[in-house]
Amino acid sequence: MIWNETKECMSRDEMTALQSARLVKQVNHVYHNVEFYRKKMQEAGLEPGDIKGLEDIEKLPFTTKADLRDNYPFGLFAVPKSEIVRVHASSGTTGKATVVGYTRRDIDTWAESVARCITMAGLSREDTIQVAYGYGLFTGGLGAHYGAECIGATVVPQSTGNTKKLVTMMCDFGVTGIMCTPSYLLHIAEVIREMGLKDQIKLKSAICGAEPWTEKMRLQIEEELGISAHDIYGLSETMGPGVACDCEYHKGLHVWEDYYLPEIVDKDTFKQLPDGETGELVITNLQKEGMPLIRYRTKDLTSITHEKCECGRTAARISRFKGRTDDMLIIRGVNVFPSQIETALLEAGGVAPQYQIIVDRVNNLDTLEVLVEMEESSFSDEVKEIEALNKRVSHAIQQMIGLAVKVKLVAPKTIERSMGKAVRVIDNRKFD
Amino acid sequence: MADGFVKQLTVFIENRVGTLEEVAKVLKDNEINIYSISLADTSEYGLLRMIVSDPDKGSKVLKENSFSAKATEVVAVRLENKVGTLEHLFNTLSGAGIGIEYMYAMATSKEGAMILKTSDGNKAVEVLKGDGFGLLDEAGMFNL
Repeated sequence: MIWNETKECMSRDEMTALQSARLVKQVNHVYHNVEFYRKKMQEAGLEPGDIKGLEDIEKLPFTTKADLRDNYPFGLFAVPKSEIVRVHASSGTTGKATVVGYTRRDIDTWAESVARCITMAGLSREDTIQVAYGYGLFTGGLGAHYGAECIGATVVPQSTGNTKKLVTMMCDFGVTGIMCTPSYLLHIAEVIREMGLKDQIKLKSAICGAEPWTEKMRLQIEEELGISAHDIYGLSETMGPGVACDCEYHKGLHVWEDYYLPEIVDKDTFKQLPDGETGELVITNLQKEGMPLIRYRTKDLTSITHEKCECGRTAARISRFKGRTDDMLIIRGVNVFPSQIETALLEAGGVAPQYQIIVDRVNNLDTLEVLVEMEESSFSDEVKEIEALNKRVSHAIQQMIGLAVKVKLVAPKTIERSMGKAVRVIDNRKFD
Repeated sequence: MADGFVKQLTVFIENRVGTLEEVAKVLKDNEINIYSISLADTSEYGLLRMIVSDPDKGSKVLKENSFSAKATEVVAVRLENKVGTLEHLFNTLSGAGIGIEYMYAMATSKEGAMILKTSDGNKAVEVLKGDGFGLLDEAGMFNL
């Protein structure tokens, strides 16, 4: 099933023409309404008139996460505040959130993006869809929700937490579609098994994202639940989930190019790469009004193909992600930067800013353990003093990254160092 | 060191096989004798508390070997080996409103001692002395 055949199956010529027109309009919009972009273009010796179409895009400077942080909270908004109907925020590298703003039309654009993905997964207005992403500042919950409502499905805004209740409702409501992180879905599958309800569920399809997963894990989900599972990609900076999704052929994720212009650039030279070569994904918002980003560097590594897909769609496809160009970890769908842990440790005090992050996946749920070196002065002969220190440190980290964490105190100077540099992250999850 | 106190050596024990052995080896290699030992365990780590022949040196050499170690003051109360002495000790402390943070025994065939960390060390020394308890100093400790 195809939600918007005009856009999803548009010929390459037509798509290029549409993208060019929208790019020109967008560049004018940000030049005249966002001081940051105006200055950046002026520094590069550019005027809006220099961008006549897609062929000129490489002239434009990149935008990075640091730019979002520097312009916190509303510095990159391109419309008066009265036009903004919603904000979302995600954690930044140093603890300061990065904020995104949406106009009413942006919310519709976003819902349309997600609607295309859900339809691609074989779901329609006849279906009942459970949204089991977290609702709130995180774009997952509301993004999925609006998309599911857009196609006219019956939406169950489950959020995360009580898995048994989720499974009970899945049976009672006859839920046919679910949207959540892939690791959570595997956990749900386990709970279904434990509750002995496998033959009572009517689930047909799952749309999972917000964290990296492998083709093997996708097949495991399909096998265990007897459903089709689809990979949805997105990032809050450029909208939220729904930038791309894979169809029934699972040969890459179709990008909604009329909204999100994809480029793959070399991770060192930042020059555009041809189809098939792996580099950093760069996205330009072609339709967004509230906070459009121009050439946003996602730091996600992938490759792209513009070949028509067997499903009939012409929308370009990006491959499964091959990693990141920075040290960001995605744990239970939440972005975590090691530097955030360091900041939290300095705030907590009593411990050295020496740490080791150990990420693992136990029963399909990510676990986060942080080894922290106690300072000599905070060592005590009393258990309660050390427990209090442990609690203080856990709390500081939890406040910073918004995830439950297990802190393990260790003696000073015991965290493994290789070549004089501490090994900061040990990720025992398998992604390939 | 204040009168009435003895020094205890405390070591942070990470929860993995072989840590205690490493501590014992460091002490052995440095000719430090252990007179009494107690291990407080939590789910994640342990605190090894010891009365040793040279707590300051013990702390120093353990730190040199990447352990968290510290010499702190505790009270060592002589206890006669007969029925009721422990009850008497607790009675004296609770009567003075003093709580016990932790304690462990140091015993010989005839007589023993209780190593105590209380909520108020100085007051504990005062009331214990006042109630006729014998407190050990470092020299006395090793003649038990």
